[in-house]
Amino acid sequence: MASPAAFASSRATFAPMSARRVLIFGGIALIAGGMLFGDIFAVFVLHQNGGRTGEALLAATRAVTARDSAVVRQDFAKMGDLLEDHGTKLDAHAHMIAAGYLALLLALLQPYVALSFRSRKILAQVFVAGGLLLPLGIFLIHYVGLAYSPFSMIGWASVLADSAGALLIAALVAEAWGLWRYSRGLRADVAEPALPLENSWESRTLLTSGTLLILLGFLYGAWYAGFDLYEHEAREKSIFSAMLNASTGSGGDAMQFVGAYGQLQAEKAVDLAAHSHVIEFGLLAILLSFIQPFVFLDSRWKRLWVKLLLAGSIILPAFVLLEMHLGLIAGGIADIGGLIVLTALLGMLAGILRYTGALDAQEENAR
Amino acid sequence: MSGARKLLIFGGLALAAFGMLYGLHYALLVEHQTLDRMGGSLATAFVDAAERNMPAAQLAIDEYTDTKYNYVRQVDAHSHWIGLAMVMIILGVVLERMAFTERTRFLIALTLALGSFSFPAAVILQTFTHGSPVSSALAITGSTLVIAAMVAAAAGFARQPIHAMER
Repeated sequence: MASPAAFASSRATFAPMSARRVLIFGGIALIAGGMLFGDIFAVFVLHQNGGRTGEALLAATRAVTARDSAVVRQDFAKMGDLLEDHGTKLDAHAHMIAAGYLALLLALLQPYVALSFRSRKILAQVFVAGGLLLPLGIFLIHYVGLAYSPFSMIGWASVLADSAGALLIAALVAEAWGLWRYSRGLRADVAEPALPLENSWESRTLLTSGTLLILLGFLYGAWYAGFDLYEHEAREKSIFSAMLNASTGSGGDAMQFVGAYGQLQAEKAVDLAAHSHVIEFGLLAILLSFIQPFVFLDSRWKRLWVKLLLAGSIILPAFVLLEMHLGLIAGGIADIGGLIVLTALLGMLAGILRYTGALDAQEENAR
Repeated sequence: MSGARKLLIFGGLALAAFGMLYGLHYALLVEHQTLDRMGGSLATAFVDAAERNMPAAQLAIDEYTDTKYNYVRQVDAHSHWIGLAMVMIILGVVLERMAFTERTRFLIALTLALGSFSFPAAVILQTFTHGSPVSSALAITGSTLVIAAMVAAAAGFARQPIHAMER
């Protein structure tokens, strides 16, 4: 547990309802929400959606064989609907987590933002609200569609998502303005002190492991771009050509090519998911290394959450990659990896809640 | 604030805002049309095949492939700009834990900033110059700069003696 000295020194850095507190709670809540949504999506939507898309594609090839272009159009409309369902859920998951990361980053930068206490707090609230509304808007795009929209292409849910994106940009620009003022020698009326530089095992482990995870993700991304990306693109084109030839009776079995297309989509998905998740978890580990002084738990519990977070950060991307060889068992283990990361994150959040509770109670007693 | 920290934090914030603006512009003015074109050309290929017009079907598949090539890179540039901006800001915050001279830290910051901007920019350039070795070479150079900067940063963190952080 934090020592009394550390507790006192970090007390000033976490004032009640300060911008930093809003950003840390908001950021962790957004990341946890985004991860939970991602796990639900992976378990209940991802594979089922992929299966239905494959069925629609197979139906389209049969309609081609039957020379029925009207049914082909219907099947493609269905596929478009399924792909939009998949894409918007994936984007909602990714944007919610990214907004959470940015919120935690802004929490770290608060000592260098030369704006008034009130302005910083409003900016923090605007940022967290934007981070919540952006994924909500993206999620609703599939369900709201173009209903009551005055635009030909953009529905109200897109308007909500785009407006929330604009809010995020505005808050970020205002924070940058505050940083610029700081670099010009101006200071805030009530400045937030720099975070205590903790040298605990938890902080060091999270910082080092986070950097290595990001590096690993970069190297894997470079390998993917160099050896897989162009091959995947060329293969997709040749699969569609072969699929249409087979459907028109020029050779081959269309069902076999639909299967090959599904296999290719799965290969792409696991490559990208492994690349993006290992980097995201690396970023998360580094960000969490800074807020360890606020995790008001026994050191055994703090270490447990750190170990679980890092274990989940390796299990998820590793088993996502193994999904191509081990099938759904690996997918299930990957989902468990995601849940482990989420549990560790919530464990740390509980520690921060205890910390703020103790802090606020102390202030209450002092009055 | 040291020069390296300014470069990483301001550069990171500017890059994040730029990446978001690009994403906003893309979502408002490009994405819906691109997705429609992508789905439309693939549907057209199948309709043409149903009508046994195979040359037209092949042309539609080519159009689908081209549109998807652009779409993938445009979305990748948006996410990579913002992701790399976050890495820049984080490194800016933990800069003092990197056991290097200020000059070396600035060099690492500059390398990361150049790579973080140029790598996604080169990916976007690929959409204008399909298959051009120049844009691919730029993308490889950008990503190499980012990886080199991260390796150097990791080495800097590893070199940091534990007692130095206690000061």
